[in-house]
Amino acid sequence: MNPSPPPPPPRDPDLLEEALGLGRGGSPPWRLAFVEDCVETSGAFVLHHFLKRALSTEGDGTVVFLGLAQPFSHYDRVLRKMGCNLSVQRNKNKLHFIDLLNLEFLGEQKLSNEKGENDREIGFMDLYNRILRSIEAIRSKDNNGGWTTIIIDDLSHLEIAAHGSVKHVLDFLQYCRSLTSEMDCFLVILNHEDIHSSDEALQMLSHLDYISDILIKAETLSTGIAADVHGQMTVVIKDAPGGLIKKLHSFQFKVKENGVEFFYPGSRF
Amino acid sequence: MATAADGRLLGARSANTSSFSRARSSPSAVLPSPPNPGVKVGPNGATFVSSGIPDLDRILGGGFLLGSLVMVMEDADAPHHLLLLRNFMSQGVVHRQPVLFASPLKDPRAFLGTLPSPVSLSKEHRQRDTLVDHNQQDQEKGLRIAWQYKKYFGDQQSSQIHNRDVKQEFSNDFDLRKALERQHVQYIESMSIQDIPRLTILRDRCSNFLSGLPRSDGGNLSAGRIAIQSLCAPQCGYAEMDWDLVAFIRFLRSIIRSSNVVAVVTFPTSFLSPAFLKRWQHLADTLLSVRAIPGMFKCFAFLMRSIVWITWSYFQLFPFCTSDEDKDMAKLLTGYQDMLGLLHVHKVAHNNSQVPTVLEASTFSLKLQKRRSLVLERLNQAPVEASSGTSYSTSGTCSGPSKGSSLDF
Repeated sequence: MNPSPPPPPPRDPDLLEEALGLGRGGSPPWRLAFVEDCVETSGAFVLHHFLKRALSTEGDGTVVFLGLAQPFSHYDRVLRKMGCNLSVQRNKNKLHFIDLLNLEFLGEQKLSNEKGENDREIGFMDLYNRILRSIEAIRSKDNNGGWTTIIIDDLSHLEIAAHGSVKHVLDFLQYCRSLTSEMDCFLVILNHEDIHSSDEALQMLSHLDYISDILIKAETLSTGIAADVHGQMTVVIKDAPGGLIKKLHSFQFKVKENGVEFFYPGSRF
Repeated sequence: MATAADGRLLGARSANTSSFSRARSSPSAVLPSPPNPGVKVGPNGATFVSSGIPDLDRILGGGFLLGSLVMVMEDADAPHHLLLLRNFMSQGVVHRQPVLFASPLKDPRAFLGTLPSPVSLSKEHRQRDTLVDHNQQDQEKGLRIAWQYKKYFGDQQSSQIHNRDVKQEFSNDFDLRKALERQHVQYIESMSIQDIPRLTILRDRCSNFLSGLPRSDGGNLSAGRIAIQSLCAPQCGYAEMDWDLVAFIRFLRSIIRSSNVVAVVTFPTSFLSPAFLKRWQHLADTLLSVRAIPGMFKCFAFLMRSIVWITWSYFQLFPFCTSDEDKDMAKLLTGYQDMLGLLHVHKVAHNNSQVPTVLEASTFSLKLQKRRSLVLERLNQAPVEASSGTSYSTSGTCSGPSKGSSLDF
């Protein structure tokens, strides 16, 4: 009987959303975004930001989340402080959480033989099929109009599960990328840039750079750690995969329990 | 007395149904079991155990988070990580928490003989206590052990470190000059990781340890500790097993995540390639590193050549090492001569939160207080003399990277 309260006015997009072209509704103009971080500054908060945004009531977005680094309870608690209840979303079939904390394709076996290769291939195919099934399950319900975001946290765990096989990991990523066009979804992957910045691992980094549309980099300030500014963020937008840089955004951030603040350097006091 | 009075006050109520009853004292337990002092509950449902170093607990915001992985990067020049491991394990023994210790030594039990004993009240204090409590002595004879603990050897309740001489508190001070008695140490599970053919052996041992832990100890939270020393050290023989090692760490992290165990793993950074070093660092929830003080290298190199490397008597010789570099450092920092080494906090585990922990200072000096217990102090820059014009960068308490300072990591 009581009239429902008016919906809250849509809030202004923050600097990150503006940089990513997310604005007020509408689908993002990109398909594959890589979030890069380092030991000193964790980029997990960007994933939480995407997760919250995708599941917000404003859009009809759905999420398939590959949790390799943390258990579900961790994300549940973190997002709850940000005002998003993951358990409820999971029950409503808007979130498919694939718990991969214990993911391992191989045991302690010799990897050079056929069986080792086979295990990894089978493992990755299984994982890909699981993602596919989750997307289909989400789409089969009345979740039209929205788009699906696949979030992977994080890539280095996939590499460990694959015992360092760059080939398998990149193949898997290519398959996931194909999903973005076939199934009309978006891919956000967290990667640790400092692992791959040494000579031996540069191959992976250049591949990732090539296939991505957007790069979101979280790093520490060059002047060190501060309590008010947790780091700086650089968003690199390319005009085409493997193409030239179209636009570069740079700003700073401070991570809080209930969200993240983005601001231009010097605009906080 | 209380029940009789209540009976009178409440009229027809019998003593049995009275809500007030005198605490029953039985021979075996005087009081109902107190909440477990070894586990502290913090905000957001976080549970902590002590690291064995009260200062470190304070720095980390409570202690080591249960369910987290603590990694300590060793310094090739000085075995300070052993101090952290020793205090960590001794604290577990004092709180009766199961400990699993894995070491690259052929016989890990030799290292357990160097665990420090908690600082107990002085003998004079004990004597004073016995005079005052003479009336209660009959009732509490079972608990009063003092220096006659050997009489009660084997009795679970009456081991020396668990009696009232050593306060049951969350974090104890340990006397590094005094070793923990053998009978306490024998309960620590230990295994050698030298030349084991496959890491699955270590994995299975950790899994078994976890499954064997009591979930709760009579209604109180219980905790377990895993200590792994020098995981990728060359004597372990894991030369071509880079990926297996990092997979093991990932496995360890995943099994302790939802358990009441904290794992401390130390590793020498010089034996890892840069990419793998970063991988290990990313996997850690809490990341610490220990460093020797520059200028002390010559002393350490000599000592390690001439003494078995696992001995804690070396730091007795500290004040006698002097050189020009030492004199420069003494000008830069106060209390330099008393420093054992430096501890740097790179990352602090945060429980179910995305907010990073920003410390006011992340580099601390390891010192011995009263030549026996370990303390961590913030680095204090010595007053700069007008005459000296050395261009060391600003302050030792700055937690960010600063160029040119020899204290940087």
